[in-house]
Amino acid sequence: MQNNKNAGVPAFLGKLVRQQFFIPLTALVLLTLFNLIGDPTFFKITLGANSAGNPVLSGPLISILDNGSELAILAIGMTLVTASARGQDISVGAAVAISGSMLLRMLCGTNSRPDTLQMPIIAAFLIACVVSMLFGAFNGILVAFFKIQPMIATLILYTAGRSIAAWFNNNELPIVKDETFAIFGGLIPGIPIPTPFFIAVLCVIIIMLVLKFTNLRLYTQAVGTNENSARLNGLNPAVIKVMSFVILGLCVAVVGLIKVSRVSSINYSVVAKDIEMDAILAVALGGNSLGGGKFNMGASIMGAYVIQYLTTTLYRYQVSSDALPAYKAVVVIALVVMSAPAVREYFSTLTKKLKVKEVA
Amino acid sequence: MSNNNSSASGSSLGNRIKNMTDTNLLLMITIIIFFLMYLGAMIFLQGGFLRWQTFFNILNNNASLIILSCGLSLVMITGSIDISVGGITALISMCCAVYLDYKGGNVAVSILIALAIGIAFGLFQGLLIAYLDIQPFIVTLAGMFFARGMTTIVNTKPFNVAHEGFVALKNTRINVPGLGFVNPKGIYVDAYVEIGVIVALIVVVVMFCLLRWTKLGREFYAVGGKNESALMLGINVKRTKFLAHLICGLLAGIGGYIYFLHAGNGSALNAAGMEMNAIASSIIGGTMLSGGVGNIGGTFFGVLSFSTIQNIVASVGLDEAWWTGITKAAMLCLFLLIQSIVMARKKK
Repeated sequence: MQNNKNAGVPAFLGKLVRQQFFIPLTALVLLTLFNLIGDPTFFKITLGANSAGNPVLSGPLISILDNGSELAILAIGMTLVTASARGQDISVGAAVAISGSMLLRMLCGTNSRPDTLQMPIIAAFLIACVVSMLFGAFNGILVAFFKIQPMIATLILYTAGRSIAAWFNNNELPIVKDETFAIFGGLIPGIPIPTPFFIAVLCVIIIMLVLKFTNLRLYTQAVGTNENSARLNGLNPAVIKVMSFVILGLCVAVVGLIKVSRVSSINYSVVAKDIEMDAILAVALGGNSLGGGKFNMGASIMGAYVIQYLTTTLYRYQVSSDALPAYKAVVVIALVVMSAPAVREYFSTLTKKLKVKEVA
Repeated sequence: MSNNNSSASGSSLGNRIKNMTDTNLLLMITIIIFFLMYLGAMIFLQGGFLRWQTFFNILNNNASLIILSCGLSLVMITGSIDISVGGITALISMCCAVYLDYKGGNVAVSILIALAIGIAFGLFQGLLIAYLDIQPFIVTLAGMFFARGMTTIVNTKPFNVAHEGFVALKNTRINVPGLGFVNPKGIYVDAYVEIGVIVALIVVVVMFCLLRWTKLGREFYAVGGKNESALMLGINVKRTKFLAHLICGLLAGIGGYIYFLHAGNGSALNAAGMEMNAIASSIIGGTMLSGGVGNIGGTFFGVLSFSTIQNIVASVGLDEAWWTGITKAAMLCLFLLIQSIVMARKKK
């Protein structure tokens, strides 16, 4: 009995280490500890009022919820693509520019600075969704039917995307003056929590329901794990792959709406820059294999917020936005090294040795 | 039997294509398309394309891209990927610029700095990828982030290098006799190439020989083709992968310095998107990301095709900013489709 109790702790630890949530959770705990020791005001949330007199919460944690939400939405689509196509879509940043540009084109018409909206926001958003899903389907078809590796197939849109976005609006920078449009990236009057968080929660609920009540998870994992056996079992791998890219397209359109709404305008070369890297990192941080197959949606979404947590923490310490990637890289490397199979094995043999010593 | 014979003689070219290895077939397609494109430009656009100097300028402007693409091809042949080369190039240009101008160093040491940075990245990334078995995309992504971030930490503002020895080296031109042209004033001007081109050509030849005729070169192909089979052949897979990344890092060091030599400035925005251009050039040159297929000769022509199309777009008059991006993507798309169709047909 005594022995069992002693062995319980390492066994529990070992079990925890093998859990998929281990990596993002560890990162979260480490970051929180770091902030608690370094600067406890990090966790302060203040209620103020913005220029329009609406209540607004502010503080680093709120900014994590705000900015991490875009990443979380993208992580949903990226997880599915990674799982089914065994590769990543590196064109999401460019695709966000495209869908944002399309949205503005629809709202503003040919005149880049109209006083009134040219069509209802919902209609413009739906058109942007369709365009974005078409580009997703383009990527998907290249991957599924022409058997091009996802990273390379999406390299095409990565190269052309921002140019296409500029092309849609004749390289002009449309400005939306309507105030209701700013809600999606800002605040709903009377509610002090940023809207993007609610949009992200909505997206997460939808995808969780879809995963629970449809065969999407099973089919995606089957195709990603072994395409041939999936085909022999009556699935059409190509259709599943294209579908995952189309879903990512939808996620991209939602992020495009948020991004454009934040500034009521667009900057083609800067909007959502490098967001593809963060989205892929979110999937990897969630402990999902970038080689496809099984996935854990919750872990990916958590990974997205952890990355934003890291970014916000670094900003707190006066790291300039240009130098930010260097620090991020160090943290990422530390995390992936920690989760590398070889290192994990080393640690598990180490704990085993400790256990043996204890027993002896 | 007779039927068989006649059909064989009728489509001897087809048969020959069927018997070609994947590598050679894709190489041939790339070279043919490059020459067709350049010939088309010479016939329909004339102007600058009739001069040798235009061709040499393509080489001058892309010497660093050629070197970086060679490294990427090698890594892709072993079935891995490296997206940090653009960042490394920016870091090298900034470090060397700061060393030369602010610290008053000499050129020889700046070259050593460039090589050391490249090798350090290759060493570290190679170790993580080969021996810790971490996904190459993530490792080199972190490498790219790190290099880009470090560039601004080293120095924020972009500036031109005024170091005398360096400027002299930068402006060194090697004349190519007999291929010049008579300018509008009636004076004969010799065609020239920069030092970078010579270095790039040496790198191409060395890498070509390494991959084709050495044991190590064949091991790269074997590892990329299939890890398990390579292991059964007694190849040290981990060491081979590590060496591929190490060589890629070394080439990034050389290419980075050549970029610096051509641009002559240090800037955090240097070589933006270079890694994607290098990957695209390798693909156009017939290297497949899945590994095991590729050729350095193809890579060379891949870079040339990739930059020639940009020249053509510019001279046709489509000089609005977005056309370059769109044509580059369209070309990449075309080559990917050709590769995909060719490979699918061969399998049948």
